[in-house]
Amino acid sequence: MNAPQEQVIKMYAAREEIYPREIAGRYARLRWLFVWLTQLAFYCTPWLQWNGRQALLFDLGTRKFYIFGLVLWPQDFIYLALLLIISAYLLFLATAIAGRVWCGFACPQTVYTEIFLWIERKIEGKRSARIALDRQPASLHKFGKKSAKHAAWLAVALWTGFTFVGYFTPIKSLMGEVVTLSFGPWEWFWVLFYAFATYGNAGWMREQVCKYMCPYARFQSSMFDRDTLIITYDSARGEPRAPLSKNGNGNHGSCIDCSLCVQVCPTGIDIRNGLQYECIGCASCIDACNTVMDKTGQARGLVRYSTERAMDEHLTPTEIRRRTTRTRVKIYSAVLGLIVLATCSALYLRKPLKLDVIRDRGSMGREVEDGMIENVYRLQIMNTSEQAHVYKISAGGLDTLSVADADTVRVAATETRGYPLRLRVAHGAGHTGSNKINISLTAVDDPSLHVQESAVFIVPR
Amino acid sequence: MADFTNGFWDIYIAALTLLGIIGCGILLYSQSKVKVVKTDAGKIDTTGHVWDEDLTELNTPMPRWWMWLFYITIVFALAYLFLYPGLGSYAGKLGWKSSGQYQTELAKADAEYGPLFAKYQKQDLKTVAADPQAHAIGERLFLTYCAQCHGSDARGNKGFPNLTDKDWLFGGAPETIQETILHGRVGAMPPMGAAVGGDKEVEAVAHYVLSLSDSTHDPIKSVFGKEKFGACMACHGADAKGNQTLGAPNLTDKIWLFGGSVETIKETINKGRTTTMPAFADFLGEAKVHVLAAYVWSLSNNPAEVAAPAAVPADPPVAAEK
Ligand code: SF4
Ligand code: SF4
Repeated sequence: MNAPQEQVIKMYAAREEIYPREIAGRYARLRWLFVWLTQLAFYCTPWLQWNGRQALLFDLGTRKFYIFGLVLWPQDFIYLALLLIISAYLLFLATAIAGRVWCGFACPQTVYTEIFLWIERKIEGKRSARIALDRQPASLHKFGKKSAKHAAWLAVALWTGFTFVGYFTPIKSLMGEVVTLSFGPWEWFWVLFYAFATYGNAGWMREQVCKYMCPYARFQSSMFDRDTLIITYDSARGEPRAPLSKNGNGNHGSCIDCSLCVQVCPTGIDIRNGLQYECIGCASCIDACNTVMDKTGQARGLVRYSTERAMDEHLTPTEIRRRTTRTRVKIYSAVLGLIVLATCSALYLRKPLKLDVIRDRGSMGREVEDGMIENVYRLQIMNTSEQAHVYKISAGGLDTLSVADADTVRVAATETRGYPLRLRVAHGAGHTGSNKINISLTAVDDPSLHVQESAVFIVPR
Repeated sequence: MADFTNGFWDIYIAALTLLGIIGCGILLYSQSKVKVVKTDAGKIDTTGHVWDEDLTELNTPMPRWWMWLFYITIVFALAYLFLYPGLGSYAGKLGWKSSGQYQTELAKADAEYGPLFAKYQKQDLKTVAADPQAHAIGERLFLTYCAQCHGSDARGNKGFPNLTDKDWLFGGAPETIQETILHGRVGAMPPMGAAVGGDKEVEAVAHYVLSLSDSTHDPIKSVFGKEKFGACMACHGADAKGNQTLGAPNLTDKIWLFGGSVETIKETINKGRTTTMPAFADFLGEAKVHVLAAYVWSLSNNPAEVAAPAAVPADPPVAAEK
């Protein structure tokens, strides 16, 4: 043993730049397909029109969510919650079956990084060129390339921020304001904030978002089991690895130690060391290694989608596929199916009419002409449909209960109307104190549009 | 409250807060680097932290921007405490107060709606009543400030008059209603039991009062009561139609403020009644009361019929106002 030596360890270190190598292949094509699908949906949806308004608009100002023919009010928040629950369950189901497929192919962080990387590649060149450029001392040439890249990034980011805000403010009028840059303060804030987030996350942070910030990545492992598909390096086949030049002595595995799989990895890890938490399941290393295998004339799949059990027990692909319908997956699917069913039927049965009954706080009950007892209510009628309706008000639950004056009320489209309602009973009806009654509304032009609320009628001593 | 006025606790809290923040900074700095004894060949990079005999921790450093985020939060905390109240009784450089925030909001609302109210104030009450926007504003004001007593449908309660009929205690002209809201009213009916006589006489007067409006009554008692009604004429008048100057109600209609049963009327005569309508001039200001009065008047009148456009006074020139 040497004499003890002291050394300083830094708990925080500068990030090491990762230069993912460009790669073509089956999974790269699949990812680009997802980039196109998600981005077409994201950039185009706010421009769709429906019934003379924006088809998809989350109008926070008036607190109404327009989703094609559906208009959701704050009271319909449950649907939003259900939608989120369904999305979460879909995510869990996908993760249980195929690991981090969401991360590798559809997550906005991945998708925007892919787009930004593409821009980077177009301007700065291939991996080796990018590394060389970064090593160069500052020069006009370097400055030009770098500023061109950042300008392009910022353009994409700003357009993304603009589109994002277009989901909350009518995008057409927002477009008009672009010309004069006359956004309101909140529009400014969110366009710039979202643009900044896109630029920062996809341009600068990249894999660090997945490694240090993403909450989903933190608890994904709880959905994994031994039958979950993961990106694996078949070490039994690959090891011992040896460079191509040593080929021929026969005493080595399939891996030629070309390190291509490491160079393409967007999180900078070596998949040959086994499954690591940094791996986002992007399958780039599969594409890379398959190219190598093709060139060296070996079978593809040294790095492939497989499962932990398949590796240990040498399962065939069919056996792997059969194991995807295990209990865990069945339970996830059943729960998902139930929630989807519940949501769909709730949406189908939903009535575009809501009623709140507020008893007048100012008075208990009063005696009016002919000894009748009168109670006052304030109806809050919400016509959540996009047509005006006339509703008939009726009340029941107590003998001789009747509406004192006009019993029809017209409510304009998407209007909330307060309506004072007087109900009367003859002297001697009900008992002293509170009596349970109900108040209902029925659309005159559509009797199926009917809601009922319970209330109390107070008979004073 | 002495605990909070003698200054010690202020300093205690401020010191605790500042020391806590500074402590975080020191901890962060001291923990960002550690000195360890180099192990064997020093090949495996560990943090040097060994426990349970041979468990060591691999050194996988966090990215440095994390550390900077921590430092930034410390700077933010200090800047916040400098600008805003948060350190004991120190008021903060910006002098922010929640009451100040309320005042700002109030000023903002006044600036926004002031011109609207000013516009209505220049208009005649009946014209304001015919304006649908003013009607909507008036209704909201009513629901906020008047509904507690008069009910949200303005039809009143026991002791609080119905505002939707044509029967008025102090008069129903729009200007009178405005006067009532601005300065309030006190309605007083003195106890009249002794002045009328005994219990028998009071009961008789009650029946007479009921007979005036053709309500159910005992004809014999009411004839006797008519003789005793003299004491009541001072206020309610010989014809019992009331007196709006005094706020004495008309007894010949079927509208009752406290109820029209014999028992209630006897109670009213024996014990008297006092009602108070509070004054809103200081609280709401004249401009709002203007809109409110127009709304209340419109409850028992049809403003569309009454308001003649020709009656709208032209806005006086600004110079002439001064
Ligand atoms: S190890 Fe392979 S699948 Fe995982 S992140 Fe790297 S390249 Fe993608
Ligand atoms: S790409 Fe394939 S052959 Fe090349 S180092 Fe990686 S695993 Fe080995």
